[in-house]
Amino acid sequence: MAEQTGWSDEVFSILRAAGVAQVAYVPDAGHKQLINRCIADNKIKHVPLTTEEEGVALLGGAWLGGERGALLMQSSGVGNIINMLSVSNECRFPLLMIVTMRGEWGEFNPWQLPMGQATQTTLEAMGVIVLRADAPEDVPETVAAAAKLSFEAGRMVAVLIGQKVIGFKNWDK
Amino acid sequence: MADSSDIVLDRRDVVSRILAARGDALLVTGLGAPTWDAAAVGDHPNNFYLWGGMGGAVPTALGLALAQPDRRILVLTGDGEMLMGIGSLATVAIQKPENLAIGIIDNQHYGETGMQETATAHGVDLAAMAKGAGFGLTATVRTEDDLVAAIPLIFDAPGPVFFDIKVTAVDQPMTLPEKDGLAIKHRFRAELLGDTAQK
Repeated sequence: MAEQTGWSDEVFSILRAAGVAQVAYVPDAGHKQLINRCIADNKIKHVPLTTEEEGVALLGGAWLGGERGALLMQSSGVGNIINMLSVSNECRFPLLMIVTMRGEWGEFNPWQLPMGQATQTTLEAMGVIVLRADAPEDVPETVAAAAKLSFEAGRMVAVLIGQKVIGFKNWDK
Repeated sequence: MADSSDIVLDRRDVVSRILAARGDALLVTGLGAPTWDAAAVGDHPNNFYLWGGMGGAVPTALGLALAQPDRRILVLTGDGEMLMGIGSLATVAIQKPENLAIGIIDNQHYGETGMQETATAHGVDLAAMAKGAGFGLTATVRTEDDLVAAIPLIFDAPGPVFFDIKVTAVDQPMTLPEKDGLAIKHRFRAELLGDTAQK
């Protein structure tokens, strides 16, 4: 696994600055450092999920209660949230999702390809605004832009962090 | 196989009596009949009605419960809706929200789609599943006495609490609340958050 460096810490700071109070997640290796920062922070409620669609509903409820949130997941999780996006869409709940990609750049596991290749199309079909970051230095400003779109313009927004940023999965470790 | 012949409680009566005791509790209803029930017994700006997102009632209420720790949060949803989001019981249990109560209006059928049986008609025990997830207080409510005992606990016992309330599978007249999600959201937030609602 490629070492994660500055972008996870910067994204954490951006989420804090945006007033994010609930971070829901199904873990992905690419989110490991960011998840650990959230767990260590006593001002952020971290909510591990059994499936990503719970996170979509959870963040709608958070917004009803006056709190902002973010959902962290792998691209395979996008397949699990499709119908629940109906709720965010119909109620115009802000929904900030940070998605680490599998099934694209340098993927060795063919089982990851169908969902990875369909991730952006699927999100867009459900009305989600998709922003991509394919270089580590682009991740923080992309998340900041997505947070603004989500919380201030009231939309569903996904940041796809390219597999090139995360690095090849190393099975020799 | 669960025996349905001992089921006596009427869903509208159950929902009416629970909500009569609500105080300032916030309510999330799952799609289908629980939403119609809540509307039928009295619309309220503290009600958030789901008309879709099957499986999402409990996690919606969890997000609300975490955001509003000083308010009681009640979910009323159906057995089919709960089964679709059953993993959310684990998600709730590890957050341990003391202010969250879940009530299942369990008629053992998918009422909106032709009254096909759900798994609870075949012995699947939702209260046992909640207990297994780690809920401290769980119960199956079958009788008038059970209901009388459950209502205060729904609002006052330390959460998360879970009540599977067995009701008869009888069609009720549909009473439809507002269905524009944006309007439901705005009303709910304006009532709860006042002037800060649009921020």
